[in-house]
Amino acid sequence: MSLALPDTFDLADTTVRELNRSLHLAEGGSCTVLNPRGAHSVAAGLTSPIDVTVDGSVGYYCAGMNQQATVHVNGNASTGLAENIMSGTVRVTGNATMSAGATGHGGLVVVEGNAGARCGISMKGVDIVVGGNVGHMSAFMAQAGNLVVLGNAGDDLGDSLYEARLFVRGTVASLGADAVEKEMGPEHLGIVADLLEKADMSDAANPSEFRRYGTARQLYNFHIDDIDAELATGATP
Amino acid sequence: MTDGMMDGMTDRSWQHRESYTFDRHVIAEIRRAANTGIYRIRGFGAKRPLPTLDDLVFLGASMSRYPLEGYREACGTDVIIGAERAERPVRLKIPVTIAGMSFGSLSAQAKEALGRGASVAGTSTTTGDGGMTQEERGHSETLVYQYLPSRYGMNPDDLRKADAIEVVVGQGAKPGGGGMLMGQKITERVGEMRTLPVGIDQRSACRHPDWTGPDDLEIKIQELREITDWQIPIYIKVGAARPFYDTALAVKAGADCVVVDGMQGGTAATQDVFIEHVGIPTIAAIPEAVRALQELDVHRGSVKLIAAGGIRSGADVAKALALGADAVSIGTAALIAIGDNDPGLDDEYRALGSAAGAWEDYQDGTDPAGITTQNPELSARLDPVIGGRRLANYLQVLTLEAQTLARANGKSHVHNLEPEDLAALTVEAAAMAGVPLAGTSWIPGRDGPRN
Repeated sequence: MSLALPDTFDLADTTVRELNRSLHLAEGGSCTVLNPRGAHSVAAGLTSPIDVTVDGSVGYYCAGMNQQATVHVNGNASTGLAENIMSGTVRVTGNATMSAGATGHGGLVVVEGNAGARCGISMKGVDIVVGGNVGHMSAFMAQAGNLVVLGNAGDDLGDSLYEARLFVRGTVASLGADAVEKEMGPEHLGIVADLLEKADMSDAANPSEFRRYGTARQLYNFHIDDIDAELATGATP
Repeated sequence: MTDGMMDGMTDRSWQHRESYTFDRHVIAEIRRAANTGIYRIRGFGAKRPLPTLDDLVFLGASMSRYPLEGYREACGTDVIIGAERAERPVRLKIPVTIAGMSFGSLSAQAKEALGRGASVAGTSTTTGDGGMTQEERGHSETLVYQYLPSRYGMNPDDLRKADAIEVVVGQGAKPGGGGMLMGQKITERVGEMRTLPVGIDQRSACRHPDWTGPDDLEIKIQELREITDWQIPIYIKVGAARPFYDTALAVKAGADCVVVDGMQGGTAATQDVFIEHVGIPTIAAIPEAVRALQELDVHRGSVKLIAAGGIRSGADVAKALALGADAVSIGTAALIAIGDNDPGLDDEYRALGSAAGAWEDYQDGTDPAGITTQNPELSARLDPVIGGRRLANYLQVLTLEAQTLARANGKSHVHNLEPEDLAALTVEAAAMAGVPLAGTSWIPGRDGPRN
């Protein structure tokens, strides 16, 4: 069952449940959400290529698990913005607090301001572009995808990460366990240029200003000694 | 030298006396640790002696209690979860569910066998750390989708295909620890499902990435309900750590069902020190969880309790229910039912340095029974249809046994079993389970005789 989207939802007199039910049933179109007033789960679980503009700041898990939809927040977002995003685009004009883009598998998350702690934690293929800074433990255990930070990164960036690529234009307070700086090759300059363009931030930064960080792959496997086997084969000096 | 001294020297039995403190298992572990420099990682659950439900007995009917006819009178076993909040509550025919075990830790054949057996018996299976496979969705009539800290393979389409969501905060084998899957089992398919490089030793996150504490979890559960349009129930699974507070907080966070997993709960791969030394036994966890549900006036009501960890028999099922659980969950027992530790494979277990009945190296992926492996030749040994029949039979026996005990205590539904039907055989069990020591009215730690 598909329903046409109304032009506006006013959360001053509509519940988040009613909003999301309508958005889940829509297969196309666009709408504006008014008076979000920090509501949680706004536009969570969208599955079709609709455009949703939220005028105001949202609470936790805005656009959580997004598929195909474009969600634009004119304001700030609290914890878990676009968590586990699969596809589509989620953008906030202000700041995002903790765990923005957490565990995202695909799509694009753009934070024009700053993102708090754990931005891109456990990311699994999503692209995240942050106009300002990211907080501590960002890209913790990040598995795949790209994190582009135009500002600075907090402590323990990329701790225990896998194959995700981290690009930071400013300073990195400290790298986490098994994270190292890596060379910026032409391929990487291309990735940053592409993501800056998609995030509409090409004028804000030049790809050559970024440094790249990734995994040293030293934590991928346990280190196991085997003294007995060495003695048996006479391999020890 | 006197004759007496000679006698003392010829009796050499003391030279064969093993130390209780440094027994052969302890010595073997010290030697293994010294050789490798890495902690012991293994599967299965706790192996050392622990207080169990065996330390309780049912009193049965007598002069003042009327039994039901054991072979024929009706004794209900159904369980409904989430009726108050979910459009589609989970409806189980029996009070025994299959615990979360991942494709990756288990072969696709094993997952299929679990699905087949559970579906015949009218109960649910559960995914694990690594996402949902089409095979297990297809073969499980009722499938619970685990929502874990790692979020490996977490996909909203699968979430919507599930019949319930289980937010995993912890598990009995390792409360406070994340998942583990050794490189031997991270094949191309497993790696792709989890977005991980093939062959790495996966050590999953132990904390959820986007919520911290019960206040956040309440909002997370609201999000999960929004994304699934309030269709399906939401469980919270905790390892048995502080069951009174954990259960109360799970209710506060909005769960339809709390799963409390005692320290006997099994695992595919975890540090031995974690398996044996963290968490409390199931017998001690259930009464505390029940006390929380009763204080919040939701016991046997809007929030259900599933107890897990070392459940083996219909007696365990009935005792867990009598202590106040609405259902139990089995993992290790289900694997044994479909063929794990089969004595017929003893030669092969011995070739791997173990023996049938002692095999615990689930982490190695070398399981000759084809259950805890990703090796295609080994996993092909498990016939999922036969495995499913074995599990269905076993689940039927658990149910029949639980009904037998319920009828003997005069109950027309297994949920009518109550602590008053039980007595404890040890002081410890009496204290933990909160039932009197057999032959007395004494519950250690409580004042006065019970009412």
